[in-house]
Amino acid sequence: MTHGATMPRRSLTRRHVTNKVMVGLTYGAAFVATLPLLFILGYLLLKGTTSINLDFFTRLPPPPGEAGGGMGNAIAGTLVLIGVAALIGLPIGIGSGLYLAERRDSRLATVVRVLADVLNGLPSIVVGIFAWQVLVRPFGHFSALAGGVALGAMMIPLVSRTTEEMIRLVPVALREAALALGYSRWRTSLTIVLRTALPGIVTGALVAIARIAGETAPLLFTALGNQFWSLRLSEPIAALPLQIYAFAISPYDDWHRLAWAGALVLIGVVFAISVAARAATRSRFGLGGD
Amino acid sequence: MSDAAGAAATTDAGIAPLVSGDIEGRSLGDRIYRGVTTVFAAAVPALLALIAIEVLVAAWPAFSRFGLGFVTSSAWDPVRQQFGAAPMIYGTLVSSLLALLLATPFALGVAIFLAEFAPPWLRQPVAFTVDLLAAVPSVVYGLWGVFVLIPFLRTTVSPFLRDTLGLSALPFFAGADYGYHMLSASVILAIMILPYTSAVAREVLLAVPRSQREAALALGATKWEMIRDAVVPYARSGIIGGVILGLGRALGETMAVTMLIGNRHEISSSLFAPAYTMASLIANEFAEATGDVHISALMAVGAVLMLTTLIVNIIARWLVWRVAREARA
Amino acid sequence: MRRITALFALLALAACSQRDTGSKDRTAAASSGAVDLTGAGATFPYPIYAKWFSVYDSLTGVKINYQSLGSGAGIKQLQEQTVDFGASDAPMSEDDVSKAKGGAVLHFPTVLGAVVITYNLADVTQPLRLTGPVIGDIFLGKITKWNDQRIAALNAGVKLPNADVLVVHRSDGSGTTFIFTDYLTAVSAAWKSGPGKGKEVQWPVGLGGKGNEGVAGQVKQTPGAIGYVELAYARQNSLPVAHVKNTTEAFVAPSIESITAAAAGAMPSLGAGSDYRVSIVNAAGAQSYPISSFTWLLVYQAEPDAGKGQKLVDFLKWMYADGQAMAAALDYAPLPTELRQRLTARLSEIRLGSAAP
Repeated sequence: MTHGATMPRRSLTRRHVTNKVMVGLTYGAAFVATLPLLFILGYLLLKGTTSINLDFFTRLPPPPGEAGGGMGNAIAGTLVLIGVAALIGLPIGIGSGLYLAERRDSRLATVVRVLADVLNGLPSIVVGIFAWQVLVRPFGHFSALAGGVALGAMMIPLVSRTTEEMIRLVPVALREAALALGYSRWRTSLTIVLRTALPGIVTGALVAIARIAGETAPLLFTALGNQFWSLRLSEPIAALPLQIYAFAISPYDDWHRLAWAGALVLIGVVFAISVAARAATRSRFGLGGD
Repeated sequence: MSDAAGAAATTDAGIAPLVSGDIEGRSLGDRIYRGVTTVFAAAVPALLALIAIEVLVAAWPAFSRFGLGFVTSSAWDPVRQQFGAAPMIYGTLVSSLLALLLATPFALGVAIFLAEFAPPWLRQPVAFTVDLLAAVPSVVYGLWGVFVLIPFLRTTVSPFLRDTLGLSALPFFAGADYGYHMLSASVILAIMILPYTSAVAREVLLAVPRSQREAALALGATKWEMIRDAVVPYARSGIIGGVILGLGRALGETMAVTMLIGNRHEISSSLFAPAYTMASLIANEFAEATGDVHISALMAVGAVLMLTTLIVNIIARWLVWRVAREARA
Repeated sequence: MRRITALFALLALAACSQRDTGSKDRTAAASSGAVDLTGAGATFPYPIYAKWFSVYDSLTGVKINYQSLGSGAGIKQLQEQTVDFGASDAPMSEDDVSKAKGGAVLHFPTVLGAVVITYNLADVTQPLRLTGPVIGDIFLGKITKWNDQRIAALNAGVKLPNADVLVVHRSDGSGTTFIFTDYLTAVSAAWKSGPGKGKEVQWPVGLGGKGNEGVAGQVKQTPGAIGYVELAYARQNSLPVAHVKNTTEAFVAPSIESITAAAAGAMPSLGAGSDYRVSIVNAAGAQSYPISSFTWLLVYQAEPDAGKGQKLVDFLKWMYADGQAMAAALDYAPLPTELRQRLTARLSEIRLGSAAP
């Protein structure tokens, strides 16, 4: 505006044009960035919906070349694996989160926070080979337990960080009031603070579960996969992502259809949890944006 | 973000010192509670150390046997017990860097769009659609990649690049189009890392003070010039941190890449030739590794992968942390 | 908090329970119960094994969990005794057998199959004719276009496209690869001095597919691709198969008959005292398909767990008696009758309840 008088007109026009172009490119980039999700969801719905029926949830995978069947054992297996993982990941994660929130600036807390992020960024296949080394190799066989432990290890940093944040959001006045009433510190933390933060912690736990429910790599050589309804911890177990993988790289069209359906179910559950979690944390704590 | 009363009462050192140390931790219950939470917190570094130790120890035999040749040799021969991981290291680095190249412009573009231009009603949906990409499981990306992306690249993009644009003269685009190749793996990786870089970039851009923007506009800058000269430089470390975070994620991605990259132990200059990554190698060969040397070699590849991603992630976190610290100051 | 803990505890309890987990689910396709036997190995015979295990389960309730990981993995798991039996299309070498922790290993042929050359050329409707040396050159990367003179010369009248030949091979340790490279070593001097024979070789060119399924999947998805798979995989996926020239200069299509013809020549050597580790590639005979092979189940001679050992023997007995009839429908050649009888008798060599000496 003030430049217009001193600069040649051409340069101003060029700046405006550049501005329009770059802003346009930005809009374009944003548009393109929204496309992949829509395409992926679209194809999943297109190719997977027709194969979702009661059979899908209750039947075993069919032998190659035969129609019908389902991924019932894989879904059941994933639930078992999540159960084992949660048994490990939730207590340790929540306990760790409590520590981080209450002893914010201790040296251990700083170290733990950084290392939790590092652990989070570790490739899941590395966690898998660790679990194999520790729980498969010494025992001589694959097991659901090894798979569950690998997934549980991955849950810990996620649950720890979200728990810490949720605990810190609890007003200190609440804690003070409990202490003033004579509650001991541990009772305050567990029965007052934790319970108040519980919805947020549960949300965080569910998000962590959604994340590990879709993990395949750590299970490739721990849980391995199983064609039957085996739910034993000491045996290999089927899992939804494993089954999708096996079916996707096979040549059989029937298995491909089941893979699409399985992927649709998996992404449906993961998305439902993610969306609910976003809605819950946003509304509860009035966070703007995302 | 906590309620006002709480914020006023919390000191920088945390919640604990609010109450005098005399009340703290006297009863048995308190001691147990402190002990348990400390142990659980310590579980994080302990677990990380345990993972690192187990992998390195199992990898040691291969490193000591093959020495530096392990990372420079291309011979991966379980029969003759010769293992060289160079193609896998090359594949991991190239696919990740290419993914970065493809994803970053769009990640930055969408971040700038959301921070500067988007009308309020559009912000949520767009952010949502990009962020949800992070929630899609890798195997689902792989499934979609095999049946949708690869045919699309083969029928539309490849002929366009190689024939219409005539790029097949360049070594990067030469050779037979295998369908399952470095380019398809890189494209799927780009989609997968887009949400991470975008989210971090968006956060740091939003954190740039209004005063920066207003000052630039007051001086007569166009909107774009404001972004280029005032906003982005301010947030630069954070953006770079976000980019490197995306890199870190790309390095470790397994399933989608395994399903698209073609599984070939060879370094090739062409993007249309099959390749291999460290993570894919482990995913394909681990369950049936024959012999201790083979297993140790696979563990060694895992160790290289682990160390690479550790270093990259630490750099990324440090950069983002630096921006956060500057913003607070 | 309590409710959630209780919920997870319940889930874990249910998982840990040794009870019959399937009985609650009345809509399960198969009967319930724990797995009786575990095996791992070759993808080559997986279609017929899957069928057998499924039928055997519905007949007897005995569940056999088979992981189709490739012959290399099957042999390794057997050596480590992490499975009850292995399966391989490549016979175990002496070195392999010496590493087996459970002692001596018996090879029991189960069916005959063929490694076929399959390809993806939408416009070529007649089966391609190929010879051993040409196949070798394709997989060596020396023939790079489909309309190469060497392929065209064998296929007069067929319009071959000017497209790149995209080779697909196995990325995992594979008995199918062993059979295929066994054949190539016999018919191509360039192959013999190059990659040679083995479950895994250094492939000069091509994509790696995981298992027979992976190779078939990649060939099916990729126009211009060529790969080697077991016959059943090509048939089940409506993939074309090439006719290969055999020792009598005839171009033979892979089929039950041509596979059986290839095995006929090997019969005399499979008498008493044979360990049944025989290769039948490039077999003599005018009707023989040159890339045929036995596939074997690998069991320890000494079975310390008598119960499991008995289940294994019972299954093998059923397989030789009734299972063979199901092979043809899935494009595998059943074993000749006299061979079946010899092998059923040989089952008595398995010692139940004893550990390795």
